[in-house]
Amino acid sequence: MAKQQFSGTDTYIVTEDLMMAVNAAIALQRPLLVKGEPGTGKTMLAEEVATALQRPLAQWHIKSTTKAAQGLYEYDAVARLRDSQLGDSAVHDISNYIIKGKLWEAFESKIQPVLLIDEIDKADIEFPNDLLLELDRMEFFVYETKETIRAKQRPIIIITSNNEKELPDAFLRRCFFHYIAFPDHDTMNAIVRVHYPDIKKRLLAEALECFFELREIPGLKKKPSTSELLDWIKLLVAEDIPPEALRDKDSRKAIPKLYGALLKNEQDMHLFERLVFMSRHSGAN
Amino acid sequence: MLIELFHKLRKVQIPVSITEYLALMGALDAGVASCSVSEFYYLARAVLVKDERYFDRFDQVFGEHFRGQETLFDEIIGEIPLEWLRKQRELNLTDEEKALVESLGGWDKLMETLRQRLEEQKKEHHGGSKMIGTGGTSPFGAYGYNPEGVRIGQEESRQGRAVKVWDRRDYRNLDDQVELGTRNIKLALRQLRRFAREGAEEELDLEDTIKSTARNAGLLDLKMVPERHNAAKVLLFLDVGGSMDPYVRVCEELFSAARSEFKHLEHFYFHNFIYETVWRDNNMRANVRIPTTQIMHTYSADHKLVFVGDATMSPYEIMAVGGSVEHWNEEAGATWMARLMGLYPYTVWLNPQAEDYWGHIPSIGMTKELLSERMFPLTVDGLERAMKALKKAH
Repeated sequence: MAKQQFSGTDTYIVTEDLMMAVNAAIALQRPLLVKGEPGTGKTMLAEEVATALQRPLAQWHIKSTTKAAQGLYEYDAVARLRDSQLGDSAVHDISNYIIKGKLWEAFESKIQPVLLIDEIDKADIEFPNDLLLELDRMEFFVYETKETIRAKQRPIIIITSNNEKELPDAFLRRCFFHYIAFPDHDTMNAIVRVHYPDIKKRLLAEALECFFELREIPGLKKKPSTSELLDWIKLLVAEDIPPEALRDKDSRKAIPKLYGALLKNEQDMHLFERLVFMSRHSGAN
Repeated sequence: MLIELFHKLRKVQIPVSITEYLALMGALDAGVASCSVSEFYYLARAVLVKDERYFDRFDQVFGEHFRGQETLFDEIIGEIPLEWLRKQRELNLTDEEKALVESLGGWDKLMETLRQRLEEQKKEHHGGSKMIGTGGTSPFGAYGYNPEGVRIGQEESRQGRAVKVWDRRDYRNLDDQVELGTRNIKLALRQLRRFAREGAEEELDLEDTIKSTARNAGLLDLKMVPERHNAAKVLLFLDVGGSMDPYVRVCEELFSAARSEFKHLEHFYFHNFIYETVWRDNNMRANVRIPTTQIMHTYSADHKLVFVGDATMSPYEIMAVGGSVEHWNEEAGATWMARLMGLYPYTVWLNPQAEDYWGHIPSIGMTKELLSERMFPLTVDGLERAMKALKKAH
């Protein structure tokens, strides 16, 4: 199989370091662990890698109740018990009650798939440990049917984490790691351009300036991130706001339009409004 | 060459193992990174470092290693706190002074001296001609003038030279090793974790019960599991200003390190004693204050309150209206404390003062009485007792 390189897509800007991490993970067939502020495009990465390399994408979203075994398979004992009460003949073959999990599906895929394990930190602390062997050897054993499932192609595995829990060392050993840093001004410019190619240059410049200023405010509970910026710009474009409206700093009417898309909780809103009020106040004196 | 880098990384306590080293070799063998140093840097970082906390340290070691000056540090003795180096003022020197500086000796000698200074220097320093800091004529530090100087913590090269990625040290804020890391604190942390976990209770595991009942061919088989989430919710109140600051930082970091173990952890600051307002961001204390009543309305009574302070002040600051050293308080501190105690039955006070001295300072006795005797010293043992006390309502 030809060696494939990932270098971003039409809708996704990757920095040089991220590109390197992804390519290293693909080349050495190791899982790639991605961390970063919420809204910097961790989950998007897997989708974009799949599109760019034209691979099927299997997504496994983790919740606090998810167990590692569910990714492999589940044995539906209740259905079997019910069938046995009803005298269904399917009851004799236990494999009728084995439900395949996401990992199993990915292992069976004929072309090498991309497997996204999303927000692994949401699960129980033992969750990553329970997957060690499976991710290492890419095989597991089904006790009920006594068969070993082995990956036909080692899938490209991308794991995201929001840092809510520490991940165990043994698990980290097996992964490559990348921390998506918050994009700088130029990268952000490129990202917005990719999503809104016809946006007016001045509007974009003003919006970005507003956005980075907003991120500078100390004490914000949740700083606005890339996805919030994109939403906000979508609104600005949809409402056809002129760039001048974002630049009322001199007249001290400095609350940017539609900033509800950027700030997501009321404490931040209050803080922001108070700051604006104060700056207006001091401007008047 | 790379083996050496590997050992250096281990020396600054970045957890790298043989597995990672071999993986890096494998990646190089597979031709993932071709010929540029920055490609190699990105590759090495992705393969060797597994947590953004270590990025800053990795950057430092990487930069040092590939600058070709192997003897810079025998080991990195400790993180140099950034505040030492924050730009205080720019330095203008006469030619005469420059000549003086140039006479300081060769490169090797400077290295040797730097190592000694790092060991002996304990405080922040700006200006002057010996210690590490900013704006001085010492060979060590930033924004100063010494042609042979060692640049530490300067944001960018002032001569306009290109700054390499690893020299930018973008990940400085993510390093968690400042102050923490002594054995003492680790023990304390374990104590705290245990406290956070013990809140969990058993509940019926419906799924497992059904499953094992089915496996039992229909005979009921009850299964119990410990409750999943960590129960402990903590509000931390820290005394800032003056002598308390170092202890407060240790404490804050201690609790932050255990943050993931708590269901909920918020911290607030106060000065000397608790009155009608507290604040959350010490830089903004003058204008962004939170009314204590707002806290009482926001956080339910099952939150556990932990105060950290030396409780050493004039008794008026506790008992009298208008007793606060900072502002005019309409109600006495004792009134506010009684209010909090009334609402939150799980409250303790941690005191960094040695327990033996408590008897000599009246305000400590008064605070202790207000807290129904639930004051504990800030030691591992004290923490253990405090956590035990937090399990019972006062």
